[in-house]
Parts: sequence; C-alpha cells; structure tokens
Amino acid sequence: MIALSDYLVVSAVLFTIGIAGIILNRKNIITLLMSIELMLLAVNTNFIAFSRFLEDPVGQVFVFFILTVAAAEAAIGLAILLLVFRNRRSIDVEELDSMQG
Amino acid sequence: MENLYLWIALAPMIGAIIAGLFGKQIGKTGAHLATIAGVGFSTVASMMVLKYLVVDGGEAYNASVYTWAIVGDLKLEVGFLIDNLTAMMMVVVTFVSLMVHIYTIGYMKDDPGYQRFFCYISLFTFAMLMLVMSNNFLQLFFGWEAVGLVSYLLIGFWYKKDTAIYANLKAFMVNRVGDFGFLLGIAGVLYFFESLDYATVFGKVEAFVATNPTFDVIAGSEWSAMTAICICLFIGAMGKSAQVPLHVWLPDSMEGPTPISALIHAATMVTAGVFMVARMSPLFEYSETALAFILVIGATTALFMGFLGLVQNDIKRVIAYSTLSQLGYMVVALGSSAYAAGVFHLMTHAFFKALLFLAAGSVIIGMHHVQDMRKMGGLHKYMPITWITSLIGSLALIGTPFFSGYYSKDVVILAAGHADLGMASTYAYYAVLSGVFITALYSFRLFFMVFHGNERFDDHTREHLKESPWVVTLPLILLAIPSVVIAWFTTGDMLFGNFFDGVITVLPQHDVLKEISAEWHGPVSFGLHAISSLPFYLALAGVVTAWFLYVKRPDIPAMLESKFKWLHTLFVNKYYFDDFNQTVFADGTVKIGKQLWKQGDEKLIDGLMVNGTAKSVGVLASMLRNIQTGQLSTYAFAMIIGLVGFLGWLLYSNM
Repeated sequence: MIALSDYLVVSAVLFTIGIAGIILNRKNIITLLMSIELMLLAVNTNFIAFSRFLEDPVGQVFVFFILTVAAAEAAIGLAILLLVFRNRRSIDVEELDSMQG
Repeated sequence: MENLYLWIALAPMIGAIIAGLFGKQIGKTGAHLATIAGVGFSTVASMMVLKYLVVDGGEAYNASVYTWAIVGDLKLEVGFLIDNLTAMMMVVVTFVSLMVHIYTIGYMKDDPGYQRFFCYISLFTFAMLMLVMSNNFLQLFFGWEAVGLVSYLLIGFWYKKDTAIYANLKAFMVNRVGDFGFLLGIAGVLYFFESLDYATVFGKVEAFVATNPTFDVIAGSEWSAMTAICICLFIGAMGKSAQVPLHVWLPDSMEGPTPISALIHAATMVTAGVFMVARMSPLFEYSETALAFILVIGATTALFMGFLGLVQNDIKRVIAYSTLSQLGYMVVALGSSAYAAGVFHLMTHAFFKALLFLAAGSVIIGMHHVQDMRKMGGLHKYMPITWITSLIGSLALIGTPFFSGYYSKDVVILAAGHADLGMASTYAYYAVLSGVFITALYSFRLFFMVFHGNERFDDHTREHLKESPWVVTLPLILLAIPSVVIAWFTTGDMLFGNFFDGVITVLPQHDVLKEISAEWHGPVSFGLHAISSLPFYLALAGVVTAWFLYVKRPDIPAMLESKFKWLHTLFVNKYYFDDFNQTVFADGTVKIGKQLWKQGDEKLIDGLMVNGTAKSVGVLASMLRNIQTGQLSTYAFAMIIGLVGFLGWLLYSNM
C-alpha cells in the first residue's frame, strides 16, 4: 500500500518543479504554461490523495473542475501566445518587459 | 468744571482734525488759524484752571468721564485728575505749544507740508494733555504712546531726507525699549494692586509695603515688588526722557523741524518721564533701591551728556545735548526725593530751553538753513532780538542768579547734596556740581560762536541776513519773560510751600526740600546767597572759559583738540553708544534674522519640511521602481516569497 505521505511528496516535487520552471525559465512562454499546468496537476494529485485517504469524494469532484478550468486556461494562454508571437515575432519572456518602471 | 477739562484736551484735537483732514480746502491760513484757536483756547482755559486751583483754592478734580471697557473686575476708563501738578503741567504744555504754533507760521512759511505740520503739533498737544491730565495708568500709557507716535511723525517730517527717516525710526525703536519696561511696570501695578486708578493704587501702597512683598522672577531669587515696579516704570521714563543708555535717539531727533525740537524734544514730551515719576512719588518713595538707581542714571546723564555738547558743531545738537544734561538734573532731583524740585526745573527748563531752540531756529532762518556753528559768528549785529533772547535763555540755563534757571538748578544741586542714599547721592552731587561748569561752557561756546567773534559766512549770506519776522520773534520775547521771572513768584510756593501738598508724597526721612527750606528767605536773598556758593563760581568760570576760548583766543580749541585727540574722538563718537547699538543690536538683529532666514526658513522649512517631503516621495519611488522589473519571473518569485512568508507566519502564530 502506498502511503499518503508518498503521494504528498510526489505532488510537492511536482509543484516545486512547476515553480522552478516559472522562476528559472527566461526564454519560452510555452514552458511557462507547461509549468503552470504542472503546478495544477500537483494540486490535483493532493486532492485525489486526500480524497482517497479521507474517503471523501468531494476532492475528486474538485479535480474535475480544476482540469476543466486548466484546459480552458491553456487554450486561452495559447491563444494569447499566438497573438504575442504575431505582434512581436518572438515569444521570448525576457523581452516582454514593457511594464518595467 | 468737568466739561471745561474735557474741552481743554479736545480743543487741540479738533484743530488737528480740521488742519489734517481739510488742510487743502482751508489753505495755510485756515490751518494755522484753526489749530491756534484750539491751542489758544486750551492755554487760556489751563491758566483759568491753575488760577481756580491755586488762587481761588478750588478743589482738585478726580473722576472718570468715560468707561471704555470692563474686563472682569478691571475697569478701563478715561478720566481726569486735575490737581496742582496737572494744572501746572497743562499751563506749561499749552503755553509752549501756543508759542511754537505762532512761531511755526514764520518758520515753516514755504514748506509744502504746512498744514500737515500744524495737524501734528496740535495732535501732539492733545496727546500730551491726555498724558498729564490722566487719572489712571491706562490713559497715561495712551498719552505716552501717542506723544511717541507724534514725535516719530515729526522727526521724520521731511520724509524725503534719509537721515530724518533713520532718526525717526531710531527714536521709535529706542522708545519701544523704554515703553516695554513701562508696560511691565504698569502690569506689575495691576498685578499687585489690582487697579489702574491712581487714587486706588496710591491708597493701597502703605498697607502693601507693610507686608514687605516679594516675588520670584527666576526661581530662588526674591525681588522686592516695589523696587521691581518702580524700576520698570522708570525704564519707561528713561526712554521718554532720554536717560543713559536710552538717550541715543534725542540728538538724532534734531533732524526734525526746529519748532518741534523746541516743543517736543526740549519742553514737553521728554519731560513726560519726569512728570510721571513725580506723579508716582507715592510708589517711588517706598523703594530706596529704585531711588538710588534713578540718582545714578540721572547724574550720569547730567554730566556725561554735557561733555558731548562741547564738541558738537551743529547748533541744534548742542542744545539737544544740553537738554539731555538738564533732563539728567531733573532726574537727579527725583532720585533725591525732591520731586517738587524736579518738576520745578522741568517748568523753568521748558521755558528757557524752548526759547533757546526757537532762537536757534531763528538763526537757522537767517542763515538760510545752515546749522553749522563754524559758519556763523558775529550775528548779534544782524539779529538783535534773537541775540538778546538767546542771551537771556543761556543765562537762565547756566543758572545765573535771579534768572529762573538759577532757582531750580541750585535747589536740584542742594537736594542731591542733602540726599542720603549712600554712594549714589555722593556721586550724583559731584556730577551735578561739575555739570554746572560744563553747562556754562557749552552754552556760552554756542552763544559766542554764533553771535560773537569773526563773521565766518560768505557775502551772499550776509546780504540776506536780517532779523526774523515778528511771528518768530514774538514767541521768543514771550518765552524770555517767564525764563527770567517765573521763579520769583513760584519758588517759594512750589518748592518750600504747600503747592504740592497731597499731590507729591515724600517720606519724612527723605524730605530733603524741608532741610533746604531753612535756607530759603525769599527769592532776593536766595539770589544774593549765590555769591557764597560754589555753583555760581563754577558757572562764572564756565562763561569766562568759553569767552576766552571762543572769542579771545579761537586758536586754542583746535590746539586742545589735537592734544587730547583720544578724548575728542571719544566725545565726537558719543562714547560709542551709537556704534555699540548699531553693531550689537541693529546688526545683531539683522544677523539673527539672516540666520533664521537662511537656516530656519530656507533650510528647515523650505528644505526639510516642504521640499523634503516631496523629495522623500521621489527617493522612495525611485527605489520602488527598481522592484518593478517588468520580468514575469521576478513577480512570480516575489509572490512565492510572499506566500512562504505568510504561510510561515500563519504556522508560527498557530503554534
């Protein structure tokens, strides 16, 4: 039997990889989107693990919602990405700094 | 009588209003007629009041005529106290004022500010009358400030002259210093006696002194309340009556037209301090410290200001220093508790000093506004009336027997000699005694330099040199008469009789006049007595010295001057009082002001407060701007750090 802590460790690792991906990534917006997806999945893993061990199905319902939202978000994110590329001929994150003070 | 008193004070003011507001419409003649009518009425009425009180034995009047304001238990009133002292002052003030009004017709004939001048001198007469007729401290202070204001206006009458503006500002400022002391004195009276009315305050004095009241100014030091009040009041008198070290404004006030030098800066306003101290004699009598202080200040002024008269070449300034010195004599009399002698000298001095000033003015008219005595000489041929009246004035001033100045001055000297205030009275006695020689020397130096000796003016001046018109010489003659005779009739009553009974209080142990009265056997014998007294010979020596130095051997003064260079420099620089005031007070104030402006205003308020606020916002913004990189990763990092921080805090606080 896999213990709850094992699930949590996996999800924490996934989440950290997501964060690291956002912070360290300086180049590609696609990597950014993927990192966000990764963080959402880490959260989902937590939900499912707790749902299983607390025998409460509500957690799994939440996961469905999150997956749906994540899908929509990815679609919108990719659409924005496409527009950014069309306007700037680049999807380099470091160059997107027109908000600098 | 009440209505008459009110009208005596108001008549000159009505004249002033007419001349001041409607000067253009009524013209020059209208202006001087209106003001002379006002002052003339006051003069005649004042003489009637004096006669009523002295000859007819009328009752003194003391009542309030108007309540100005009531603050708690304190009543601020306008009221009149008409007793012998007041009546005498009223006659002196209005009479000299009337003479000056008449004289001004000639002196200011071609001046564009003719109506303005008449307005001011009438206003002055009103203010001075309010001062002397007052029955409470508040009205006294009103008159005190009002005469100061008119003095300021008149010194700066020729307002296009830089020196006049400087002089009137100086007079005003120096008087402020004195007035501050005066105000403190009045505040002291109000605090300890809870009233501003003379009669009430004087009535409480004896009981008050019996408790030997003291108060702390600085913690741990006990001050006698009476001494503090008296010295504060006297500081006011020092400002107004130009006593050392607040005398510096009086010589400079000669920048004003000569008639006002005669009226304000010789005869009346500057004697307000003497009058005030005499009026407050019930207070001053109870503080020997204050009396000794008054003696020392007066004696210093009497002697050392006389010296300065010796080196001045401006005819008016010599007389100004003479005035300072004579005011010193009056103050010495006050300090010796011979208040009557002080007031008596005030009266005789008013006549002969006004005479000397008006005579000087007559000379100035003749010389076409040249005031330098080195450019005069031998004028007695051209201006006989001015010459004779000046001689009378000078003889009265130096105390020649049988002239009015002799009686008043001799009694002042005797009083100083009889006073018993330790070192102070010894010092005062020798100061006023040697002052007699100095007085004679500078008076006759002026007289000889102006009227005798070689003619040191050019031919052009000689052609125009003639006696002044009758409006100028008439006041001279009218003033010369009392300068000679007034003391014959009044000395006995005023000094040794009961003229001032119930007006001036003198404690038995201070009563020097009573001691002197043993020597009084009528004016003639007192005059003859001069032969055997020291002041007479000192005065004679002064006249002879002046004659020798300035008529016989005019080369000697220059020689003395080069021989005693340091002394001459000291005198010409007026003991460096002016330089001291200029450096320490004037420049010091400017420096403090500049520092406050540069450091306080520019640096602290502008720099630190106003611009500092704006600048600190800018600095903060420029720091925060660095955080806003525009990089997504930075924001994400900040969010994570924030999240970790909050979570950590949450966990920590729940533990």
